[in-house]
Amino acid sequence: MRETLLIARRELASTFNSLWGYVVLAFILVVDGLLFNTQALGESAQTSTYVLEKFFEVCFGTTVVAAILLTMRLIAEERQRGTHLLLDASPVSDTQLVLGKFLSALAFLSLLTLATAYMPALIFVNGKVSLAHIGTGYLGLILVGAAVLAIGTFGSAMGRNQLEAAAVSGFLVLLFLLMWKLGRMAAPPMSDVFSNMSLFDKHFQPFQRGRIEVAAVVYYLSVCFVFLSLAIRRMSLRRWQ
Amino acid sequence: MISVSSLTRYYGAHPAVKDVSFSIEDKEVVGFLGLNGAGKSTTLKVLAGLLMPTAGQVRIDGVDVLDAPDSFRQRIGFLPEDPPLYREMQVAEFLSWVGQIKGLSKSDLKVRLPEVLDLCQLTSRADWVIGTLSHGYRKRVGIAQAIIHRPKLVLLDEPNSGLDPAQIVEMRKVLTSLKAECTVLISSHILSEVSQTCDRILVLHDGKIVAEGTESELATLIQTSDVSGVHVDFVVRGDAKAVSRILDGIEEVYGCRVEEHGEGLVGIEVEASADIREQADQALIEAGFGLRSMTTRSRGELENIFLKLTGGGQA
Repeated sequence: MRETLLIARRELASTFNSLWGYVVLAFILVVDGLLFNTQALGESAQTSTYVLEKFFEVCFGTTVVAAILLTMRLIAEERQRGTHLLLDASPVSDTQLVLGKFLSALAFLSLLTLATAYMPALIFVNGKVSLAHIGTGYLGLILVGAAVLAIGTFGSAMGRNQLEAAAVSGFLVLLFLLMWKLGRMAAPPMSDVFSNMSLFDKHFQPFQRGRIEVAAVVYYLSVCFVFLSLAIRRMSLRRWQ
Repeated sequence: MISVSSLTRYYGAHPAVKDVSFSIEDKEVVGFLGLNGAGKSTTLKVLAGLLMPTAGQVRIDGVDVLDAPDSFRQRIGFLPEDPPLYREMQVAEFLSWVGQIKGLSKSDLKVRLPEVLDLCQLTSRADWVIGTLSHGYRKRVGIAQAIIHRPKLVLLDEPNSGLDPAQIVEMRKVLTSLKAECTVLISSHILSEVSQTCDRILVLHDGKIVAEGTESELATLIQTSDVSGVHVDFVVRGDAKAVSRILDGIEEVYGCRVEEHGEGLVGIEVEASADIREQADQALIEAGFGLRSMTTRSRGELENIFLKLTGGGQA
């Protein structure tokens, strides 16, 4: 655990010291703000609950993009800079390494997500929404973010460089986003399988509406577990290739 | 003690290292020589725990790289040719982080960090950002990260590459001071550095150890096994043809190449089946020629030894 936290702390400090971290932060906050203004608030009068739900829908997309942008450099950049040799020759297990990297990205993404809190705060002050609804929506965003970060960590472990890592992660995330479409096209029982694998449709919408569903929480945690395990496996294999 | 027995490592169907065995005693400084593609880097990577062997055993104090990889890596310090450094960090901050990653407690670090900074002559640069350091200092930070956790074996891949002559002298001092701390394995193409720094030399060729020993042991090995015999270089004052005729007259000589050096001096490169220096000396002086110098090329010249063992001279 100590090594995991050491890796996470250094990685987080590196993100804050780099221009990249601030570019992602600024980009996501600007896009969130613009979409909140145009999509959630709109031109006509809306109920505050609708505006809040729309805000979380907008944030879902930007959180997914932010997670891919943050994870593309996690492991692939170490490989590009040659610093992977330092970690590979250290008495740090692949599990500690992958978890440390993942936790640093999760911490940064959580901060980034919470930095958007002024928008629901405006709805809360000027409208009629509950703090529980806001909290539930943010829990959903953090869970989606964690799931995409896990996919991105796997992509970063697979890619030889950051672009490859982003391409692998982007493809996988797109596949999981389109699962609801496959679910509608396929016949039972595959339709249920596909729709239950969707990142957005079935699992995020309850959070968006202020409802915590255990199945959705388990789903996002399962995606984290599977892709982090695959990333660890990928890292272990490199010593044998 | 470090023991490598029957180490074999394949990349796909291609064997990079085949059945390599050697051992290194504690506090020994060993040079690892080999041409590009000889399997040097692969062997170093296996020793550093970066790659797992396809077959064979690699042990440090009885700990096998396959049985306990983390414990094995705890005993290793590794400096690749390009030091793996986080350039945005300060030197002391980076070394503290590496020390903790490699298992040192904060109280251990308070003692160890100043020691390592001093050993690697980095004390004056402790609060510098690594990205602003010269190449020579970055190499020293690379060595410092390799030894911060007091490893049993330190692996240095081309520690002098890219350094200017002044930095090489400084680096030599650092390498010499490492002898007191740990066992060191240096892979280098700079043969004079290996010759000056190392107690023993391992020569790797085509994935196999072709010779090992001290420089003089390797020289003896060459002389006793060399079918082409001894090479002697003479510089003589006199007529080139007459000098060549005298040396050709010695029974053991089977090859003689003459080169005018100007100002009446002649250089002669002789190949003989035995050491002919005494006979040649006597014959040339009796004939009235001035003998300026006489050296055997195969003795004490690591480059010749290396080329002989690896066949590099014929390439």
